[in-house]
Amino acid sequence: MSLDNYLYLSAILFTIGAVGVVVRRNAIVVFMCVELMLNAANLTLVTFSRINGTLDGQVIAFFTMVVAACEVVVGLAIIVTIYRSRRSASIDDASLLKR
Amino acid sequence: MQPLLTIQGPEAALFWFLAPLSVAAALGMLLVKKAVHSALLLAWVMITLAIFYIAQEAVFLGVVQVIVYTGAVMMLFLFILMLVGVDSSDSLTETIAGLRPIAITAAVGLGGLLVSLLGRATLGREPIGLEIANNAGNVQGLAQFLFSKYVFPFEVVSALLITAALGAMVLAHHQRTNPRPSQREQAINRFRSGSLAGAAGLPGPGVFARHNAVDVPALLPDGTPAPSSISATLKARGDVLDSGQFQLDNVDTTVVEEK
Repeated sequence: MSLDNYLYLSAILFTIGAVGVVVRRNAIVVFMCVELMLNAANLTLVTFSRINGTLDGQVIAFFTMVVAACEVVVGLAIIVTIYRSRRSASIDDASLLKR
Repeated sequence: MQPLLTIQGPEAALFWFLAPLSVAAALGMLLVKKAVHSALLLAWVMITLAIFYIAQEAVFLGVVQVIVYTGAVMMLFLFILMLVGVDSSDSLTETIAGLRPIAITAAVGLGGLLVSLLGRATLGREPIGLEIANNAGNVQGLAQFLFSKYVFPFEVVSALLITAALGAMVLAHHQRTNPRPSQREQAINRFRSGSLAGAAGLPGPGVFARHNAVDVPALLPDGTPAPSSISATLKARGDVLDSGQFQLDNVDTTVVEEK
């Protein structure tokens, strides 16, 4: 087994996350799929850190985690705010700007 | 393709055991109906990734992954899921016609592109491994980088964290535009709202000799279940029991007297 397999795994997970963002309608599930994509990217960073023999990749993966945590906090607050006014967590219902 | 650092023994076994499981869980995330199940499957994917990080000599990141992602982030997700509750957006029916085939075609394209690119790319040298970089310990090595080369991004990220916390507070804060009605006003409104049916409050759930819980509707005088006696959440979840099964003619009423 070579280290490439980790990269293949992360590519597959990233693709699955991308499909989830497009296909699912519940805003929270869409958010979880974005998290899956971020995690897949982190696996790539960690694997390349090992291939290159420096810890830079791990530091950047650490920053990604912090940014992802911020994103979750603000994103879920937005979802709750939308739910409070529109009584729905469906991404199809948040279409006020269209009309 | 350049042969990369071969990994034998335990790590290869771990990879071939956990990688299919994590891909299956990620696929399951797309296919299950309930958002809570998606969240649990995502937590499993994150735990497998944490194990991979530890196997790849990134011990600190593995531990942080468990604490931050499966601990804090997924707990937050579950918390919001419980707050928002069940609604129609959980259904898997597609609302935009033809979206699903296009999405799957695009995904196969993207995945194929990524995988074939990785298969063709070569680094031109052997992978190095982290033995030298982790010489003084993984945490020490990361700290060395964080507080020297990456100190400015570190500060920026801390500012981002504080901003996000503030933003969440601003978004979650709910300004009342009208004062909360007092009990007296609520009672007056109930009596003036046209029908007197709900004036004394909604009926409680059914109380039966053999079952006394909130999931059975009370019976109206004509024997039909009263829909207003059951919480709407239980109805949406499909957890309401039929009160017919607790009626007296269905229940064995013969009493065995004890001596």
